[in-house]
Parts: sequence; structure tokens; C-alpha cells
Amino acid sequence: MPDSTPSSNDREPLSPLGYPARLVGPGETLGSVSSKIGDIVLKGQHPRGWWVGFGIAFLLLMVFLFSITYLFYKGTGIWGINMPVAWGFAIINFVWWIGIGHAGPFISALLLLVFQKWRNSINRFTEAMTLFAVSCAGMFPILHLGRPWVAYWIIPYPNTMGLWPQFRSPLVWDVFAVSTYFTVSVLFWYVGLIPDLATLRDRSTARWKQIVFGLGALGWRGSAVHWQRYKMTYLLLAGLAAPLVLSVHSVVSFDFSVALTPGWHSTIFPPFFVAGAIYSGFAMVLNIIIPVRKIYGLQAYITDRTLNNMAVVMLTVGLIVFYGYASEAFFAWFSGDVYERYMMYNRLAGPYAWSYYALMFCNVVVPQALWSRRVRTTPVLLFAVAFFVNIGMWLERFVIVVVSLQREFLPSRWGMYYPTFWDYATFAGTLGLFFTLLFLFIRFLPMISMTEMRELVAEGVSEPVRGPQLPPVFAELAKR
Amino acid sequence: MAARFDSEDALKAAADAAYLAGYRKMDAYSPVPIEGLAEKLGNRRKTIMPLIVLLGGIAGGTGGYFMQWFSMTVDYPYNIGGRPFHSWPMFIPVTFELTVLCAALAGVFGMLFLNGLPRYHHPIFAAPGIERATVDQYFLCIEASDERWNLEGTRRFLEGTHAAEIVEVPR
Repeated sequence: MPDSTPSSNDREPLSPLGYPARLVGPGETLGSVSSKIGDIVLKGQHPRGWWVGFGIAFLLLMVFLFSITYLFYKGTGIWGINMPVAWGFAIINFVWWIGIGHAGPFISALLLLVFQKWRNSINRFTEAMTLFAVSCAGMFPILHLGRPWVAYWIIPYPNTMGLWPQFRSPLVWDVFAVSTYFTVSVLFWYVGLIPDLATLRDRSTARWKQIVFGLGALGWRGSAVHWQRYKMTYLLLAGLAAPLVLSVHSVVSFDFSVALTPGWHSTIFPPFFVAGAIYSGFAMVLNIIIPVRKIYGLQAYITDRTLNNMAVVMLTVGLIVFYGYASEAFFAWFSGDVYERYMMYNRLAGPYAWSYYALMFCNVVVPQALWSRRVRTTPVLLFAVAFFVNIGMWLERFVIVVVSLQREFLPSRWGMYYPTFWDYATFAGTLGLFFTLLFLFIRFLPMISMTEMRELVAEGVSEPVRGPQLPPVFAELAKR
Repeated sequence: MAARFDSEDALKAAADAAYLAGYRKMDAYSPVPIEGLAEKLGNRRKTIMPLIVLLGGIAGGTGGYFMQWFSMTVDYPYNIGGRPFHSWPMFIPVTFELTVLCAALAGVFGMLFLNGLPRYHHPIFAAPGIERATVDQYFLCIEASDERWNLEGTRRFLEGTHAAEIVEVPR
């Protein structure tokens, strides 16, 4: 271990480039990993932070139930949507939540395929987050329907009406994309859980816990032949989930880009949306794991290296998102099209200009702080940056949905959009649903994959690993 | 007859020795997947999981495309702005999604089926201390149905390895 930077302290080993290099805390063994993570579930002693968080989330969940009950009773007229802005909060929130879900398969599948071992400690958590975020997202298009009780009409099934869904419509693609995404995420998550549930079954002492975890573990016994098939399946699932990361938000972006509305009809949308999704997903993961690792004392597993790497990914996709903003503006000008140019003018100086500037501040200006190593390795600062990104990504969808629709082609059709109390209540309500599920997950299932942490320990990487190697000349420069 | 080991390397060495000694009906239990262990135990064939996933994907893809072609051109043709009924580029997203969906379902259920899971009980669960096989211990079990198995000989063989403990698995 070369002591490359004078700022390196003795406790945290650094890679040659000066990044935190530890994957697992020192002195962890197979047994200690299993007991420390498993005991959070088995011992059932939960810190006050859990109860406070769960209480708030549960209250918000009740707000959600109340607001959708009223919605089903009165109809979508209780929201602020009208012509020309018929896609209000419901679609903004749908895209926002779907985007947040993208961190899950990105971390658990894509990073698995490229051997990023720091993902092992957070993949379970982010997969769970994906499931809950997609649950929240999936509800919005249905709630947005005038008649939500016939939502199943969009699924192709033999029916007495003799009808088929319109497969040329991106809205139908969306149904397939989101439901496939959810199903594959559930499978991936559950397959990962099987050996962990077996560990919990074998470590629990109460009979009913053994039965419940035993049923979940499906009789897993860790046989060598089983492991062989298991690993192969897990790898294949990762290979299948990786293109899903890219496809789901691409399909969501088709909902917009296939339409002719200025500000939507753009070929940059699929990659721009995918980058934005990963951006907000990582921000949400950071916003959750930073408090959780503090409350439960999991610094030995979710190490500074994990946080630092996540911040680096976030900065990178953030720059791609910025490129998306820049190219939107450039193409609006370069097209020479009066409507496209007006769309950009409207964003910069229209009645909702505040949202565009706030978006730029949250998504472009603030994240530049991540260039600093100190920010990346100081959890509080990282949390703050991630929080701004979450707000910024919500504003981005607000700009895309509302500001584009609000002043389309015909000036006589121009109008404003004013969200009502019920818009806010439904949005806050889904936050409640998301966090309620998340807190229950932390309580009843291992939030870090014990199996994959054991793999890390078994491979002997509890010793600090070396970071990326630079050619000697650059390494010399990096030391300065 | 099962032997408990403290480390991965001891288990691997014992598995090699057991195979050389002519034992075939045996299995190892470990808390972490061990690369190449199944091969050491005599499972020379590669797993057919990739084939199952491939078949699932092909079924999903062709089935999905056929569904769209059939509904949009044969069963319910609908003229939208004069576009062709068989407008294949528009069918690709759903075809892709169904390919992935069916491949993933085939993978997971195929893996569970081949592993014989879910399974209510297995004799190895009666072995004393086996609950640590999912935590931090490694087990090698030579089954009584093996041709070379006999109570004394197999015990002596397992004692010759670096086993931490030898346990008899009740039938």
C-alpha cells in the first residue's frame, strides 16, 4: 500500500489514486458477517430512528389512501389537470419514481457484469428500493385514467369485445416495459434472497421464524451442484436485467418523443432519460443508505469506498444529463423551427422559468461539488448533494411535462397549470407508501446480502484492494 | 457420513481426495458458492441453465412478435394514418420485453426445477451442526448409496482429511 497522499489516515486505506479502498471492514469473518446483518432481522431490536421514520411514513401512507379514495369517488377533476396541461403531477411522478427504480438493476446487474465488487453491500437494498419505487410509479398511470377500474383493458387477453390493444402505441409498450421490469426485478431480488433466507432459517431460534424463513428459503441447503446452477442463473439474470435498465426508461421516453409536441419530439430523449434515471436512482440510494448505515452502524459493510464510487457514478451520469440539457437547447436553436425555438424561450423566460433555473441549479451546479474528494467521502455533504439531485430530477420532469404542454403550437390553446391540494397529497402519499415498504423491508429481511458479503470475505478482499492503476507518469502527477 | 471443515481449501482438498478414492455419490454444502467444486465432485457436465434461458427467450420473442403480427394484421387490422398493418419497427419494444421476461422466468423456474426446489425436507438437514453450512462451515457428505461406502472405511477416509469433525447423518 503506497502512502500516496499525506492526508491519508491510518484507519482508512487508500488506493493509489487516493480513494477509500476498503470493501469490508477489517477483521470480518464469514460468521461475523452473517450474524451482524442477520441479527438486525432476528433480534428485532430497532433503534428509535426506525420507529420515527416508520411512523412518519405510515402517516403519509394513510394520506395516500385517503387521497386515492377521494379520487376514485370524485374523478381526476380533483387534480389541477385540464387542457392544455392534461399530464400533470401524475405523469411527472410516474417518470420520477420509475427513474428512481433504475438504480436497482444498474447496481445489481450491470455492475455485477463488470465485476464491481463494491456493489455487493448495497445491491439487496437498491433492488428492494426498485420494487417499491416501481410500485409507486405503476400506480400513477392507472390513477390518471378516467376509469381506473378498466385498466386491465391494455393487457392483451381474449375478450368478448373482440379488441386488441394498439401495439403501435408507446403507452402499450410502457405497460409491457414496466411490468417486465417489475417481474424481472422481483425474480432477481428473490433469487438473491434464497441463500440468505436459508441462513436466517438456520440461525433463528424461534420455531415460527424457522418455519417462515424456511418456507421462503425453499429448502435451500447450499449444495455444490445447486450453487453451480444458482450462480449461472444469477449471472444470466444479470445479463437479462442489464438491457432492461436501458430499455425501460427509453420506452418511457417514447411516451414523449413519439408525440409531436415541441420539447418532447427529440431523438436525444432515450439516452437522456436513461442517464437521468440512473442519476436520480443513485441520489435516492445515497439519501437512504447514508442515514441507514449510520443508524444501524453498518459502516463496516457499506464502506466509504461504496459511497465514493456511487458519487463518482452520479457525477458522471450527471454530466451526461447536462449534455442532454445542452443539446436540447442547441437543437432548438439549430432546428430553426419557430415552435422549437419558442419552447426554449418559454423555458428560459416564460411563466415557469423559475423551474428551469431551479432545475439547472439542482442538477448541474450543485453536483459539481462531487469533484471534491472531501465531499464524496463526507456522508453529510454527499447526502445534501443527493437531496438536491432528487429535487432537480423531479423538476426536470416538471419542465418536460408542464412547460412543454402549457404553450404548444396555437397561442389560443395556451394555459397555465395549478396543482391542487390533492396533487400534493397523492405525491406525498406515494412517498409514504415507498418509505413504509422500505422500513418494513429493513425490519423483516436482510438489507445487505449476507451471501455476497460472505463471498467478499471468502475471496479475501477484507484486506484493502488496490484501486485503478495509472501509468507511472500519471501516478506521479496524481500524488501531487 | 459427513465431514465438517473450517475452510474452503480443506473442503476442496477433501473433495479431490474423495473423488480419487472412488467415491461418486457425494455432495458438498457451503455458505458461499465455490468455483469448480461441483466439477471436483464428479459433475463433469456443464449446467444446462444457459440453454433453458435461451429457449425461454426464443419462445418469448417469437411468441410476442407473433401475437402482435396476428392481432395487428390478421385479427384486428386498423388503419392508422395509412401506415402498413405489418409495421414491424413498432413491434420491436414489446417483442424485446417479452423475450427478456420469458427468458428470466425460464431461468428462475428452470433453476429451481433442476435443483429440486422447493423441497420440504432433505436427509442432510438431520446432520448435527449442518445449520452452520449456511453460515460459516463447509460440509462434505458421502452418501450411503455409494458403492464404496462402508461405515468404517468411509469414516477412516474422512478422518484422513483435514476435517474438523465427522458426523453420521441419520437416515
